[in-house]
Amino acid sequence: MKTLYDKLWKSHVVYEESDGTSLLYIDRHLVHEVTSPQAFDGLRLSGRKPWRLDSILAVADHNVPTTKRDDGIRDPISRLQIETLDQNCDEFGITEFKMNDLRQGIVHVIGPEQGVTLPGMTVVCGDSHTSTHGAFGCLAFGIGTSEVEHVLATQCLLMKKAKSMQILVEGKLGHGVTAKDIALACIGEIGTAGGTGYAIEFSGSAVSMLSMEGRMTLCNMTIEAGARTGMIAVDDTTIEYIRGRPFSPKGDLWAAAVVHWRTLRSDENANFDQIIRLDAAQIKPQVTWGTSPEMVTTIDGKVPDPLQIMDAVERHDVERALKYMGLLPNMPITEIRPDKIFIGSCTNSRIEDLRAAAAVIKGKHIAESIKLAIVVPGSGLVKNQAEKEGLDKIFLNAGFEWREPGCSMCLAMNDDRLLPGERCASTSNRNFEGRQGPGGRTHLVSPAMAAAAAIAGHFVDVRTVY
Amino acid sequence: MEKFYLCKELVAPLDRANVDTDAIIPKQFLKSTQRSGFGKNLFDEWRFLDYGELGMRADQRRLNPDFILNQSRYHDARILLARANFGCGSSREHAPWALQDYGFKVIIAPSFADIFFNNCFKIGLLPIVLNAAVVDRIFYEVSLTNGYYLVINLEDQTVTAPDGESYSFEIDLFRKNSLLNGLDEIELTLQHIEKIKVFEEEWRMKQPWLFL
Repeated sequence: MKTLYDKLWKSHVVYEESDGTSLLYIDRHLVHEVTSPQAFDGLRLSGRKPWRLDSILAVADHNVPTTKRDDGIRDPISRLQIETLDQNCDEFGITEFKMNDLRQGIVHVIGPEQGVTLPGMTVVCGDSHTSTHGAFGCLAFGIGTSEVEHVLATQCLLMKKAKSMQILVEGKLGHGVTAKDIALACIGEIGTAGGTGYAIEFSGSAVSMLSMEGRMTLCNMTIEAGARTGMIAVDDTTIEYIRGRPFSPKGDLWAAAVVHWRTLRSDENANFDQIIRLDAAQIKPQVTWGTSPEMVTTIDGKVPDPLQIMDAVERHDVERALKYMGLLPNMPITEIRPDKIFIGSCTNSRIEDLRAAAAVIKGKHIAESIKLAIVVPGSGLVKNQAEKEGLDKIFLNAGFEWREPGCSMCLAMNDDRLLPGERCASTSNRNFEGRQGPGGRTHLVSPAMAAAAAIAGHFVDVRTVY
Repeated sequence: MEKFYLCKELVAPLDRANVDTDAIIPKQFLKSTQRSGFGKNLFDEWRFLDYGELGMRADQRRLNPDFILNQSRYHDARILLARANFGCGSSREHAPWALQDYGFKVIIAPSFADIFFNNCFKIGLLPIVLNAAVVDRIFYEVSLTNGYYLVINLEDQTVTAPDGESYSFEIDLFRKNSLLNGLDEIELTLQHIEKIKVFEEEWRMKQPWLFL
């Protein structure tokens, strides 16, 4: 009786050391501009070449501007980093979607969109949100730059197997409740270190009912629960998503692949080291109030009161978080008023996310108190599709800005950022201090909740307004 | 990678849980395409009162006198004592680079985030997990002692306090050998080059669609 993780792990072991450290074969390597330059330098210094060029796809996403692309990149340091990626890819012969390619976008959006991510693969990238690709029944995880170089040079990584955790979400999600809310509720439940040392498999009827976009959102946030990798079994939804994508197999190969892919699920009665159960029907829209994703509550909740917390270290952390966030104990979440709205990131910038936000906004206008509201689609193709559906008009008419694809204000490496003290309703994945700009204050929410907050000027239960 | 030797080093305490990699090295410094020089921006938003950008000179910045590493008694610290889930967040190896470039050789905490923990070994920075009660005790002793040193013995897998109390820690044999001998992992892996080639050929036969 094997788990999906057992199957994916075992099939990729090339060699095992006596202490269990294994050499794992890597099928897909996604590369972006921030964590790769030093790895390419390392290759050059040692006179090595990439092992398997057809396993690599590169794209610049972290630094790219989301406005006026035709004018190039204003920031000379960002520009140098992107030019360095371009040069490295040209020199070594790596396929890269360049900044003005329609297929350019956030690495974790374009992999699946292109069919570059396929079930049963090991997928790595120098980015912690690589867990996203686990939605396709992949073993997908983020790596550091030394490992980027290691994979380039050897097509393998040295690893030890993690423990396994199953997160079972049974039942039906309520109206207006999304995969993002499941993810945040899970993190609220087990904490940001709850998954440390584990590979997580999400299952249960609520997970099966999610679209691929929803499953990607859920697996994307696995790292915020401390687990390097998250995954979901392959089913019809997975296979239908992949069918016909540019890099997915065709004809006889497709048929053979599908037969194999259908085996990519945990056996019945497979043994997990830990099982967490969540009732989907009980999950409400979530909003983070602090500086760690585990500092989260429901839309009808309140900011916690440090005086009610017994543990000294935790109380101290909550006090510090409230000070940074400029919030008072016991304040209702619905009284928190964002200054800016960010709809985007590898967590929530896919077509379904934009549709969900647009549905809430349609025919309405953002509140006067909102200084800036931006939508940053996950890729050029997502942007195109949204425009075909007229979503751009809905956003623009509501007072949103409609931007070019990239990581943007999720981590503020480009010009999109919060000013000190500014508060943002953000569909991204991290509310760390300074994440969206120095002194910026982030509240993580779903796209529908961010849209509802934009219209109301404060957080509001999307279930009551839409 | 440099070999890891037995050492006796000064300890600096960083008393907060969930220290994330954005705090260890903020994103604006990730625009560098170099591997070195991140130490001067370690914990930038906590260490300085002004906003740091790549290329700014450290001696022209406004130090935050309240930040622990800015206290003169910790200037020569080579061991960072930390709380649970140290290094959570992004996979940026720039975080261990910054800690090492600043001068740290060892980080002690009750737990670390997985990717950060893994990245440390790749560059010869030793993360040591000690149980929470022991870490509490060391925090307490550091607060009472001016000049608190720990002896780190990787060979024996022990941390020894000034009073002679010794705490043992776990480490994978493979990682231990790599650190003690300063081994290059890519070199090690390439010793198995034939096995990789055989695996790859069989894999290609079984799942040709992975090689499109």
